[in-house]
Amino acid sequence: MVKVITYKPYGDKGILIELGKEISEEINNRVVIFSQIIEKENHSHITDVIPSYNSILVIYNPLEISYDDLINNIKSLEKKISKIEKNNYKVIHIPVIYGGEYGEDLEIVANHNNLSKEDVVKIHSETYYRVYMLGFTPGFPYLGGMSEKISTPRKKTPRKQIKKGSVGIGGNQTGIYSTNSPGGWQIIGRSPLEFFDVKKSKPLLKPGHLIKFEPIDEKEYIRIKNMIEEEKFQAKTSLLEETSK
Amino acid sequence: MSYILIRKPGLLTTIQDIGRYGYQKYGVCPSGAMDLLSLKRSNIIVGNNIEEGVLEMTYFGDEILFNVNTIIAITGADMQPKLNGKDIPMYSRININIGDTLKFSNAVNGLRTYLSVYGGFNIEKIMDSKSTYIKYNIGGYKGRRLKAGDKIYLNEKNIRAFQGKPVYIKNKALNIGIIRVIVGPDFYEFEDKSRKDFFEKEYEITESSDRMGYRLKGEKIIHKKSPDIISRGLPIGAIQVSGDNQPIIMMSDRQTIGGYTVIGVVVSVDINKLAQMKPGDRVRFEKISLESAHSLLMKEEKELRELKENFQDDKPYISNDIKNFKVEVNGETYNVSLEDNN
Repeated sequence: MVKVITYKPYGDKGILIELGKEISEEINNRVVIFSQIIEKENHSHITDVIPSYNSILVIYNPLEISYDDLINNIKSLEKKISKIEKNNYKVIHIPVIYGGEYGEDLEIVANHNNLSKEDVVKIHSETYYRVYMLGFTPGFPYLGGMSEKISTPRKKTPRKQIKKGSVGIGGNQTGIYSTNSPGGWQIIGRSPLEFFDVKKSKPLLKPGHLIKFEPIDEKEYIRIKNMIEEEKFQAKTSLLEETSK
Repeated sequence: MSYILIRKPGLLTTIQDIGRYGYQKYGVCPSGAMDLLSLKRSNIIVGNNIEEGVLEMTYFGDEILFNVNTIIAITGADMQPKLNGKDIPMYSRININIGDTLKFSNAVNGLRTYLSVYGGFNIEKIMDSKSTYIKYNIGGYKGRRLKAGDKIYLNEKNIRAFQGKPVYIKNKALNIGIIRVIVGPDFYEFEDKSRKDFFEKEYEITESSDRMGYRLKGEKIIHKKSPDIISRGLPIGAIQVSGDNQPIIMMSDRQTIGGYTVIGVVVSVDINKLAQMKPGDRVRFEKISLESAHSLLMKEEKELRELKENFQDDKPYISNDIKNFKVEVNGETYNVSLEDNN
């Protein structure tokens, strides 16, 4: 398979690098790896490298480097992509309390799919989800991999305020609200974890990570919440080999 | 302590600097001054680094009490600034005494005014920037717009300066503006007629325009197939066209990822122009090449260098012998400062 990478100007400070035409894990792996390679070069004239599903947006300062020179620089890095073979994935385990006041729409999702609430929790928490990219709001992960058995349309009227950490379903997608924000997804639970630490300027999840939701009870939710406040909590991580995925 | 006190807040006043870069991959937009040219000019005139944080006032400005001897510069839209009741010029260095009151009214041309103080405000940088991202309470002064009673501390005090050579810069009031555009990655996803209309018809800035984006209305822009694309990064100035077939221009507080077709991207120098335009104003888009856009940027850079040269012989200095007095004349109180030059 020929993997042609295309380059286009995107405004007078942007270059759009496209690595494929569709959403796939393979293309996104290459996006994640190539954006890391570009960032490692540490060019002072590049201010932002923004990876997405199948493309990378590079923001540069045209007063310091010409469009053509920058593209040639980046093209010369393409050969490094194949040298890094991705065969294992970092898994971040996300504790979630499902239902009740933490997930008011769990019943709606269950009824919509003719399932019990327990079934919804089981299906939602037994798969690995891929983080394709972060964006929209600070630290918000675009996830892939949800079972169609629990897909549910969004709410007709979005809620004005959804608490950060809320886990929702919107159509065929699932996601985590990384900040307090309005939103129209069906909320099925909440995680006590901090998904974007403004002080440390760091998101919990990164593109290319896998996540797995782990059901917890209220006691555990409060315990973790308290530990996070005392800065004593570290999210559980593990490694997953490609063959076993 | 040296601070300014917001006596009466403006409509929307925030601290903004040149912007927050390197964090868009995490979903954190750059924010920063909407009119970066005016921000840079205000910093150059007052003697700061070009990227320093300043106050950005929108449409109606604040009433500010100074509890510091400092110098300031005002650029951008003309909000008829008055110091202790008297008109003061824009694009100039102004000496300020403890007890002085600076009052802004409504913008008579343009929309956004920038107020710099020498040495900048003592604001903690969040992700390398002092800019306020109001929507998620990130950066700036408590992550929000300024309110009555807010005290913002300054880094430097007892600053004095000579005026420097006069500069003549005026914000042109633009009710109809030519906004130059580089065609976007999805340009050919639009009908032939729409690609022509986009550059020939006028579009009006609507009320739903803010620091996040400008929504325009005008001749419908029709997609060949679908308004949706696979979501990807969004640069400033990107003109998205969603299912309602009207353009939205992404500004400083935009989302970092977008899922709609982009017909074109406004060139950097015209973002500043657009930032000074308001609902009801009309724009006409003009297609230009990438090379021309870069020449415009170089021209702007050259102008900023010249402005800097204009002030470099008259550097601000610290004067520790400033004595402040309150003088009452005919029932009116004046703040007077004397500088001991011995």
